[in-house]
Amino acid sequence: MVQTDLNSIIRRLIKEQAKIPATAGELADSDDLYDHGMTSHSSVMLMLGLENEFGVEFPDTMLTRDVFSSVNAIESAIRRLQQELT
Amino acid sequence: MTVSTPLPTGYLLASSPNFLRALKVAAENADDVDRAGRFPSEAIQALKEAAAFGCYVPAEYDGMGVSFQHLAELTFEIARRCSASGMIFAMHQIQVGSIVHHLNAQTWFENYLRRVAGEQRLIASATSEVGVGGDLRRSIAAVEPVDGSGGLVRFEKQAPTISYGGHADDLLTTLRRHSEAEGSDQVLVLTHKEQMEMKQTSQWDTLGMRGTCSPGFVVQATCSAEQVMRVPFSTTAAETVVPFSHILWSHVWLGIATDAFERAQNFIRAQARQSPGSTPPAALRLSELSTHMSQFRAFVKAATAEYITLREDDPKQLSTIGYAVRINNLKIAASEAAAEAAQGALRVCGIAGYRNGTPYSVGRHLRDSLSAGLMIANDRIHSTNATLLLVYRDSK
Repeated sequence: MVQTDLNSIIRRLIKEQAKIPATAGELADSDDLYDHGMTSHSSVMLMLGLENEFGVEFPDTMLTRDVFSSVNAIESAIRRLQQELT
Repeated sequence: MTVSTPLPTGYLLASSPNFLRALKVAAENADDVDRAGRFPSEAIQALKEAAAFGCYVPAEYDGMGVSFQHLAELTFEIARRCSASGMIFAMHQIQVGSIVHHLNAQTWFENYLRRVAGEQRLIASATSEVGVGGDLRRSIAAVEPVDGSGGLVRFEKQAPTISYGGHADDLLTTLRRHSEAEGSDQVLVLTHKEQMEMKQTSQWDTLGMRGTCSPGFVVQATCSAEQVMRVPFSTTAAETVVPFSHILWSHVWLGIATDAFERAQNFIRAQARQSPGSTPPAALRLSELSTHMSQFRAFVKAATAEYITLREDDPKQLSTIGYAVRINNLKIAASEAAAEAAQGALRVCGIAGYRNGTPYSVGRHLRDSLSAGLMIANDRIHSTNATLLLVYRDSK
């Protein structure tokens, strides 16, 4: 399933790039990542990781707190960008 | 005549006899406050008599409800006379703004705002903490329930600096939401003097900004759980604390620089009067300084206008990386501009400016302005922006 893959890649990047201490199992798709310790610095690292992984580039209008606030929010942002590419 | 438009309340305050008197009191005591490194009690008392500490509280909570634009202008006017009074006024208003804009229908805080307006309570803040390296968005100390107390909470925080901490009525403190929360999962807690024990841990004997009296404290407090703001501090910080701080501080620094400029201009005029028919050589330096001041004023005004527009039209924009970069740039640019202006004024005034106690003395301005680059160190802000610019394309 494409959806599951996307979800697990995002979760891996959250762990590797954003270095959020919560383990993948503890993190619900709708959990606020900032409440789990994401900072503006780690969110930038996560964005760079996502851009690299999916070959997309976030336009400035998408560089908001909301877009990177949860696994769900990131998933829908990536989908939107991928749709624009195709 | 049809309906007459009432004057904006900010202008009423700025021109009210009590506020004008407070400005005069601030100017008269500025040198002594600086020399003695003491709290500007006369100016603060006079500002309380002008009801200035409740001016940003909305009218529905018994305040004057002045606009942010006016608040910034009032800050500038006070700081022109006494930098310490201006900075204390600014810091207090940052705390008021943090409550006003993030009330979230919390009755306790609505009632508290009425008390701020009615009693002219002075609010200090404890955001810095020993062990977090100056990071506003990280806390170690946490809100903890008091067992068996039925709704009381407690905390203990080691703050390396609390401006006017020994003179405030109340304290707004950043803390982790609970003892298991991440360092960045913070809330604000408002406590009254009588609910706290504050142990002073250091002295405030500094180069400048001596009257802000900002030593370190260990704060222990017990209060009702209602005194914890529900809104996450991450939101309050992005939408209010950071922009309010950088804009109001910039107005303080602009006030310091403006007074230094005026002293330099007075010096040149006095020289010109002594030798009519020729322009004093240092007048060229004054002209350079005037150019610098125009730029300084322009970017402070532009940043203020941008914040007001975004807050009204699209507050979500305040949490974007682009806005974070721009408001950080204001802080860096304004803090550097203030110190440059004070040095420029010193070059114009020469030894008369270097000497204390002349009408052209700018030593106090220079020392005060040097604090600007250090309160949240500019290098720290540059390193934040350096990271943000990895993804943000700065074109605005």
